[in-house]
Amino acid sequence: MKGGCAVNTQANAEIRTKESAYKLRWLKELAKDRWLYLMALPGLAYFLIFKYVPMYGIIMAFQDFKPHLGFLNSPWAGLKHFERFFGEDQFWMLFRNTFLLAIYNLIFFFPLPIVLALMLNEVRRERFKRFVQTLVYIPHFVSWVVVVGIFYILFTTEGGAVNELLFKFTGQKIPFLLEPEWFRTMIVTQSIWKEVGWGTIIFLAALAGVDLQLYEAARMDGAGRWRQLWHITLPAIRSTIVILLILRLGNFLDSGFEHIFLMLTSTNREVGEVFDTYVYVKGLTQGQYSYSAAVGLFKSVVGLLLVLVANWMAKRFGEEGVY
Amino acid sequence: MTYDKTWSNRIFDGVNYTLLTLIGLVCIIPFIYVLAVSFTAPHIVAQGGFILYPKEISLSAYKYIFSTNTLVRSLGVSVYVTVVGTLINLVFTSLLAYPLSRPHLKGRSLMLLAVLFTMLFNGGLIPTYYVVKSLGMIDSLWSLMIPSAISAFNLIVLKNFFQQIPDGLEDSAKIDGCNDLGILFRIVIPLSLPAIATFGLFYAVDHWNKFFSAVMYINTNTKWPIQVVLREIVINASSRIGDTNIEEMNIQPLTIKMAVIVFATLPIIAVYPFLQKHFAKGVMLGSVKG
Repeated sequence: MKGGCAVNTQANAEIRTKESAYKLRWLKELAKDRWLYLMALPGLAYFLIFKYVPMYGIIMAFQDFKPHLGFLNSPWAGLKHFERFFGEDQFWMLFRNTFLLAIYNLIFFFPLPIVLALMLNEVRRERFKRFVQTLVYIPHFVSWVVVVGIFYILFTTEGGAVNELLFKFTGQKIPFLLEPEWFRTMIVTQSIWKEVGWGTIIFLAALAGVDLQLYEAARMDGAGRWRQLWHITLPAIRSTIVILLILRLGNFLDSGFEHIFLMLTSTNREVGEVFDTYVYVKGLTQGQYSYSAAVGLFKSVVGLLLVLVANWMAKRFGEEGVY
Repeated sequence: MTYDKTWSNRIFDGVNYTLLTLIGLVCIIPFIYVLAVSFTAPHIVAQGGFILYPKEISLSAYKYIFSTNTLVRSLGVSVYVTVVGTLINLVFTSLLAYPLSRPHLKGRSLMLLAVLFTMLFNGGLIPTYYVVKSLGMIDSLWSLMIPSAISAFNLIVLKNFFQQIPDGLEDSAKIDGCNDLGILFRIVIPLSLPAIATFGLFYAVDHWNKFFSAVMYINTNTKWPIQVVLREIVINASSRIGDTNIEEMNIQPLTIKMAVIVFATLPIIAVYPFLQKHFAKGVMLGSVKG
């Protein structure tokens, strides 16, 4: 023990003389903040294990992945899985379904929160405004299972309230839930019902920041409400709209996996199966890990490219962009 | 700001108020319908029609729910996952948000970048599933809590919130002999309680509504949370719920479906009034500052 101590002090002395003063100061600072680093440790470990290890795990798309061999020892397969995917008849069906749903959402869903926020912004009675806001936020907080469940109960042809009303007035029932041609309409309607109110929050925040003097001035110049809306309100929230549009394009291909998964039935698969649900079916129910990882990677890369392109375009048009 | 009482303004307001009222009703009426049917006597429900209030109140659907193991157990699972999961969320998120909010900390911007990157790109379903599986979490309730321990978005917003707390408070605590851990728990968190409460409720809503991760990770049906059971009953319309058969019980299946929806929704409607005061501010803070 005695000898060990002696060696240690000697070594310390040597280090002290050899190390530069700079490095010492740096170590001291690390030591001073040791509690902060210790605190960060669980969170950083979380991101490492549950976000970065799966990113590394993407290499399984280029392997013939065998669970008992792991990422490290599974044999390489090159681009085999990608070639198979692009060669499948399914590919174009998935491509069409994913893009059509995304485009429908963009056209029919995206503008609505803006319109609703503008309508709420025109309300001068604070209590009425807050009351409507309370009502339209509620659907956001319930699960997709509840939303799809309520739609099933309301729209079924077997005694659903909507179809009973339709029958009373037109003498006909519409199989909203069974007919593939209704699938996209139902998906978009459900998304709108659940999220349109919640989507107004950010636009209302942007609208609250508009200088009231601008409206005063416009009224002096004789502008009516429509002209004020067009020349003051809309330009004021333009950059918010652009930023949200970019973010939306970034998630363009994520048409709401859980939602679609719940709405899929054997009859509407032809119009409803999207990349995400296909990954689930192939990977987890049929155990084709590598193949479905390849499909997932293809989707992620296309998504990432879309964000970068959208952001670049926004900058070209003189907006700030997100990144 | 008020408008002149011109005709065009009156028509504008009239149309606007009417439309907004209609939109508000469309959002709330389905819930009222579900609630009303769940409390209505079976023979009235069997006649069909749009029920907005129970003409003849009956608790048979709720009695049925509490007579089955499956539904009571799944409610228990959901409560457990929500309470424990939210605690894990809050501890993990605050512990990382605080160091990230200290501007002098070495390596801070690198850590922030690492977090932000996960919002842009991820490994996808299959590799994530494989990691959870390798950790032995399949079929364990931990799989519903640990893999979602931190939401990067909430983390960044909370970090921004912590940054707004004046440095002076922390300096004086340091002089009084507090270390960073003490500062976080005795000063920063008490001062940020509104933000912590908001995120606690956001996380709790996520856990309560959790459906797909349970489908993916939980195989044993006794460990299913309420949302998975709800899907079985309402969407897959299986009349057999684990140990009992609805049709044998001679109750309207529709009222049972409604009552289960009520239970799957109730906790959120109950916290909503407390939530509403804070969330708009919280969300704005996050979205404006990124």
